[in-house]
Amino acid sequence: MYKIVKKERLNQLVELMEIHAPFVARKCQPGQFIIIRVDEDGERVPLTIADYNRDAETVTIIYQIVGYSTTLLSRKEEGDYVHDFVGPLGVPAKLEKSDKKVIGVAGGVGAAPLYPQLRKLASLGTPVDVIIGGKSAEYVLLADRFKDFCDNVYIATDDGSLGTKGFVTTVLQDLLDKGEEYGECIAIGPLIMMKNVVKVTRPAELHTMVSLNPIMIDGTGMCGGCRVTVGGETKFACVDGPDFDGFLVDFDECMVRQGLFKEEEHKCRIGLGGEQ
Amino acid sequence: MAKKNMSPVKVPMPEQAPDVRNKNFNEVALGYTAEMAMEEAGRCLGCKHRPCVGGCPVNVPIPDFIAKVAEGDFEGAYQVITSENALPAICGRVCPQENQCEGKCVRGIKGEPVGIGRLERFVADYHMEHAQAAEVHIEKNGHKVAVVGSGPAGITCAGELIKKGYEVTVFEALHKAGGVLSYGIPEFRLPKDLVAREIKSVEDLGVKIEPNVIVGRSITIDELMEEGYEAVFVGSGAGLPRFLNIPGENLLGVYSANEFLTRVNLMKGYKFPEVATPVKIGRRVAVVGAGNVAMDAARTAKRLGAEEVYIVYRRSEEEAPARLEELHHAKEEGIIFRFLNNPAAILDDGKGWVAGMEVVKQELGEPDASGRRRPVPVEGSNYVMDLETVIIAIGQSPNPLIRQTTPGLDTQRWGGIIVNEETMESSKENVYAGGDTVTGAATVILAMGAGKKAAAAIDAKLSGKD
Ligand SMILES: Cc1cc2nc3c(=O)[nH]c(=O)nc-3n(C[C@H](O)[C@H](O)[C@H](O)COP(=O)(O)OP(=O)(O)OC[C@H]3O[C@@H](n4cnc5c(N)ncnc54)[C@H](O)[C@@H]3O)c2cc1C
Ligand SMILES: Cc1cc2nc3c(=O)[nH]c(=O)nc-3n(C[C@H](O)[C@H](O)[C@H](O)COP(=O)(O)OP(=O)(O)OC[C@H]3O[C@@H](n4cnc5c(N)ncnc54)[C@H](O)[C@@H]3O)c2cc1C
Ligand code: SF4
Ligand code: SF4
Ligand code: FES
Repeated sequence: MYKIVKKERLNQLVELMEIHAPFVARKCQPGQFIIIRVDEDGERVPLTIADYNRDAETVTIIYQIVGYSTTLLSRKEEGDYVHDFVGPLGVPAKLEKSDKKVIGVAGGVGAAPLYPQLRKLASLGTPVDVIIGGKSAEYVLLADRFKDFCDNVYIATDDGSLGTKGFVTTVLQDLLDKGEEYGECIAIGPLIMMKNVVKVTRPAELHTMVSLNPIMIDGTGMCGGCRVTVGGETKFACVDGPDFDGFLVDFDECMVRQGLFKEEEHKCRIGLGGEQ
Repeated sequence: MAKKNMSPVKVPMPEQAPDVRNKNFNEVALGYTAEMAMEEAGRCLGCKHRPCVGGCPVNVPIPDFIAKVAEGDFEGAYQVITSENALPAICGRVCPQENQCEGKCVRGIKGEPVGIGRLERFVADYHMEHAQAAEVHIEKNGHKVAVVGSGPAGITCAGELIKKGYEVTVFEALHKAGGVLSYGIPEFRLPKDLVAREIKSVEDLGVKIEPNVIVGRSITIDELMEEGYEAVFVGSGAGLPRFLNIPGENLLGVYSANEFLTRVNLMKGYKFPEVATPVKIGRRVAVVGAGNVAMDAARTAKRLGAEEVYIVYRRSEEEAPARLEELHHAKEEGIIFRFLNNPAAILDDGKGWVAGMEVVKQELGEPDASGRRRPVPVEGSNYVMDLETVIIAIGQSPNPLIRQTTPGLDTQRWGGIIVNEETMESSKENVYAGGDTVTGAATVILAMGAGKKAAAAIDAKLSGKD
C-alpha cells in the first residue's frame, strides 16, 4: 500500500498527487512512468512521473479524469492509500547539455510529463522554450512552473481565452517561420497533436521526440499489448519507450490501437466483457 | 499389505462434463477420493529399480509415497513427497507426466501407467485440507539473499534458503506473486487459491515478498549487492511474447497469449464488469500454436463465450508440445484443430479490426534441427478463415531487462542467462539463475528443480564463508 501524501486539483479534470513510493522515488528519471492500481481488482493504469523528491521518497503524478479508473483515483484523498504503485518503468529520456535551444510542446495533460524533461535540460544548461496548449485558459497546465526555467513560455488555447487563439502547432509554425532556431523538439500530448507537430517539424528538419501512451497492462514487456510501429519495426512502448523519434512513428496505427476510432458498431462484436 | 490392483487402466478421474465446464472457470478435474487413491496406489508394483523416479526431474521417491497411499497413510505420503518437492499440489496438476515419471512407469508398457500425478495431487490436497500448521522454529544464520521473480523457480529457491536460516527477500515485478502460475495457467486448470496458499506457506516460514519492484529498473542487481544481499537468484522467467511477424499483426483483436491470459487470470477479466479490466472476445477465435499456452488460451476463449475456437498449428498433432491431457480436454470441450496450417496474414475489416486470417496448408518434409519433420507449404492451398480474434501463442523468450542492466552477466544469443549447470551460478559472482530465464520456456518442475539446486549451491558457498 502506498500513501497519498498530497492532493491538489489543477483544473476541473486534472489533479496532482504526491505518493510515498520509496523504490520509485529513489531511482526514477524524467521520461519514465509508473503503473498504479487504485484498489484490489483495479486496473493497472500507466501515468508519467511528473516530479519526484528523493529525500521524502515521494513521486508526483498528474492525471486527467477520463474514465473509470482515473475517477476512482480521484475519489482518494490525502492520507488515503493506493493498492499498488510500480516503477519506474520505461527508458529515461535522453537529455543532454547543448547550446542549441530545445522547444517543448505540450498539449493538455502532456504538460505533466514534459515538465521534468525540460527542467532537467535547463538544469544541464540547455536553453529551453515551451508551448503549452489547452482547450481554454483553465486547461493550460503548469505555466507558472515552466516560467521558473524556460526562456519563453508560449500559450495557445482553442478559444483564445489565453495566449494565441489556435493550436500549439500554429504557434510552433509561427516561431519557425520567424526564424527561431532550435536543436530539438519534444512534443507530448494527444496523438493527433503529436502527429501534427511532426507535420510542422519534419519539413523544418527539426528532430522531434514524442511520448506514446498506448493501452498497457503489465508495463514490463510481458504482454505486447502496447506494441507500436516505429521505423517499420514493432516496439513495445513500455520497455522500448515511451519516448520515440516522432519522424519514425506510425501515428495512424497508434490511433487505431488506442481505440480512438472506437465506435458504436463495435459494440455488437465486442460481446461478452466489452466496454460499456 | 494393501490390495494389488492389476487393472490395465488408471482409476478414472472425476471431471466436470465437457459441455458444462466449457462455460465456467471452475477446475476441470475434481480429484480422487481417498478410496480411489488407495485403489490406484494398488496398481504400483513397487519396482526395485524405480524407473519412474528417474523420470522425475526432482526425484520424488515415487514408490515410497505410493506405498503410504496404499496403506491409507496420506500424511506420511505427504512427508515423503515434500522431502523432494515443495509444491506437490501444483506439480500433480501441471507436470507433463507422460514425458516424465509416468512415461517411465513399468505399468505403462502394457496399459496405462500408474496415475502418479493424480496421486501426488490427492496427497497434497488431502494435506492442505487436514494438516494443522506446525510451529516452525528456524535458527537464523545472518546471511541475506535476494530472489528476483516469484515464479516456481524463485519461490522454491526462497523456500529452501529460508529453511536453512537465510534472510530471504523476493522481488516481484507484478502486483501478485506466483509468476506464470498466477498470470498464465488458468483457474480451471490450477485454482489461484491453491497457488496463493502455496505462496503463503513460504511467507509463513519468513520469506519476505516485495511486489511492484522491477529489478533492473526499481533497483539493479549491483545495488542489491551493495545493500548487503550476499547472493542473488534470478528466476525472472521467459515472459517476452514472440509474434509471427506477418502482415496485420497489430490489428485490434490480435493478442499475444500473455496479454489475453493476463487480462483473464491476473486481472480477473472474466469477472468484468465486477472488476475493471475488460477482455474482448469475438464470436470466432483462432489461437496460433499448440503448446500448453495455446490450449489454455483456446479453452479460456471458449469459456468467455466464443462460439468457434480454432487451434491453428503448422506441424501435425504428433508434434504438438502440449500435455496430452490438455489436448484431450481441449478436444472434448469443442476446440477445433487445424493441424498443418500456417498463418500467412491477418486481414483488416477496414476499421482496424481483425476480419480474418489467411492460412496456408502444410505437409511434412524432412526432419529439421529439432528432430521433428519440417512443415512445408502446399503451393496454392491458401484460404481465409473468418475471425474476430487471433491469439498468438508461439512461445516466449526471456525479458531483456535484467541482462541489459547487469554488467558482467553473460547470456545466450537468444537471451537466456548462461549458468554453470552444477551450481546454477552465472558468469557474475554470487549471481545465480534458473528456470525459464536459463532454459527458455520449459516446465514448472524444471524451474523448481533449478531453484532448489541453486539454493544448495548458495548455501554451500555462503556457509563456507563463515
Ligand atoms: C506511458 C503512459 C503515460 C501516461 N501518462 C499519463 C499522465 O501523466 N497523465 C494522464 O492523465 N494520463 C496519462 N496516460 C493515460 C492514462 O493511462 C489513461 O488516461 C488512463 O489509463 C485512463 O484510465 P481510465 O480507466 O480512467 O479510463 P478508461 O475508462 O479506460 O478510458 C476512458 C477514455 O480514455 C481513453 N484511454 C484509455 N487509455 C488511454 C491511454 N493510455 N491514453 C489515452 N487515452 C486512453 C479511452 O479510449 C476512453 O475514451 C498515460 C498513458 C501511458 C501509456
Ligand atoms: C499459459 C501457460 C501454461 C503453462 N502450462 C504448463 C503446464 O501445464 N505444465 C508445466 O510444467 N509448465 C507449464 N507452463 C510453463 C511453466 O509455467 C514455466 O516453465 C514456469 O512457470 C517457469 O517458472 P519460472 O519461475 O522460471 O518463471 P515464471 O513463472 O515466468 O516467473 C517469473 C517471475 O519473475 C517476474 N519477473 C520477471 N522479470 C522481473 C524483474 N526484472 N524483476 C522482478 N521480477 C521479475 C515475473 O513477473 C514472474 O512473476 C505454462 C506456461 C504458460 C505461460
Ligand atoms: S513432480 Fe512431476 S514428474 Fe515428479 S513425480 Fe510429481 S508429477 Fe511426476
Ligand atoms: S515404475 Fe510404475 S509401477 Fe514401478 S514403482 Fe514406479 S510407479 Fe510403481
Ligand atoms: S504493457 Fe505489456 S508489454 Fe508493454
